[in-house]
Amino acid sequence: MKKRVQHYTPVNYAKNNTLKIITFIFLVILYLPIINLIMFSFNDSKRNIVWRGFTSKYYEKLFENEMLFLAFSNSMTIAITSTIISTFLGITTAIALWKFNFYLKKYYDVALLFPIIIPEICMGISMLVFFNYINWPNFQLWPFTLSSIIIAHVSFIFPFVAIIIRARLSMLNNEILEAGQDLGASKYQVIRKIIIPFMSPALVASALLAFTLSLDDFVVTFFTSGPNSVTLPVKIYSMVRFGISPEINAISTLLILIIIICTYFAIRFLSKSNREFMK
Amino acid sequence: MSYGQKVDIIDIDYSWSFINYARATDGVYFITLFKSVIISLITTFLCLLIAIPVAFYISFSSVRVKSILLVSILLPLWTNLLIRTYSLIALLRTKGHINNALENLWESANYLLSFFRLANHNFIGESFTPLSLMHNNFSVIFGLIYIYVPFMIIPIYLVLEKIDRNILEASYDLGANHKITFFKIIMPNISVGITSGIILVFIPCLGSFIIPELLGGADSQMIGNIIERQFKSANDWPFGSALSFILIYITIIILGVRYVYSKLYSRLYQRGVS
Repeated sequence: MKKRVQHYTPVNYAKNNTLKIITFIFLVILYLPIINLIMFSFNDSKRNIVWRGFTSKYYEKLFENEMLFLAFSNSMTIAITSTIISTFLGITTAIALWKFNFYLKKYYDVALLFPIIIPEICMGISMLVFFNYINWPNFQLWPFTLSSIIIAHVSFIFPFVAIIIRARLSMLNNEILEAGQDLGASKYQVIRKIIIPFMSPALVASALLAFTLSLDDFVVTFFTSGPNSVTLPVKIYSMVRFGISPEINAISTLLILIIIICTYFAIRFLSKSNREFMK
Repeated sequence: MSYGQKVDIIDIDYSWSFINYARATDGVYFITLFKSVIISLITTFLCLLIAIPVAFYISFSSVRVKSILLVSILLPLWTNLLIRTYSLIALLRTKGHINNALENLWESANYLLSFFRLANHNFIGESFTPLSLMHNNFSVIFGLIYIYVPFMIIPIYLVLEKIDRNILEASYDLGANHKITFFKIIMPNISVGITSGIILVFIPCLGSFIIPELLGGADSQMIGNIIERQFKSANDWPFGSALSFILIYITIIILGVRYVYSKLYSRLYQRGVS
């Protein structure tokens, strides 16, 4: 009979049952509220305590609710606009930080990280005070009512974009650029034909990330939004304060779904770019 | 950057006075600030206790399991903070699912006892009293842990991943047990990850205001709530910005301490090597 050789090393903590159980309990607790939330968005009961059967009427209700639709379209407009602007700013910042050495560059690096590190509430408040200080006009026309939120979002999102793209750019060999220039490419051509194709996976990933961050953000939006620029998270917040209702569950489920899809694609693009680099 | 403007507002209104900062350091506000720091410290500590075993398990499991676990920890990070806090309410409130489950448990236990004619002795209480899980400090700390624990797991996992497994084997070979290996070999190696995890958890905890607002009660207000109130309902902007600037100072001090610490650490390490 063939004897099975079992390699047992004390280092293999994956076999440790205590760790296994702790991780399992942790994951259950992590997902229980979210799954509960999604499940009860289909519950046919107003008070949402006991399961009363499947229904999708709260989703239908959502699409009839005009206020929610307005908030949703506001959120989408803000997310798309600030994604475009912050991606552009992020690219330029990343290229500048990667390619050039300038005065106080070290401190610029730190300054770039600052909006990410400080508590979100401080960011929101500083935006509020800033807009107030420069007397930012209170627009009444629709797309312009969102301008202050867009500016606020861009200012905390573009550092994320810049950091991701810079990490990607740091993989690029300088020799390739020099070769391109040797072969007669102009500066503009080098950027268009070498740098942009090289960083495109990171570009897509960071754009999706920016979109998620903007769509998700509550704190900064809460302080910069006015009465006619309500976004989806702000709307949800004002609904939550009145208590629990299945409608909130339904809209939260939709938001989670959008964000999961975006994140999935972002992760796929990022891992793809890393894999290409490994080759 | 938009930061320079902020002091100017105070400047215009109060001509560089420190009245607002003085106000922030006495009475109710100081107590709240102190309490927020305590709550954040407790949260950070508990996060650490949860994160180390989970990070351990992830970093030692096989590649397939590892990627699944990592994604499942990252995914809630991307869902909205507000939604996740809201989803906790449904579980924790007095008529929420946890209390419901406990009540069912109580009833079935009572039913079981009645078989043995013991129900009248009230071994497990006269009737079920729901646990008050909402609107107190417990719910705030629970919510904070629930939201911020992934921020602790990921840095610890990243440094655990870098530790050479042979070092651990060598430690066991030389006769150390699990405990000694953990404290003498693993802890010094993951201390960098732990410090960045602590920073990543502590700073947002200190500034959080949705979680205490939605889960907390009257006695579990945090500094974030007070700041928010200064800007929304109390309408005392200079004081609110003074408070939030105190938060920023705390953040900067923590980061500075970390910087000095890492400098000292690397210097000590170099001396040890040479």
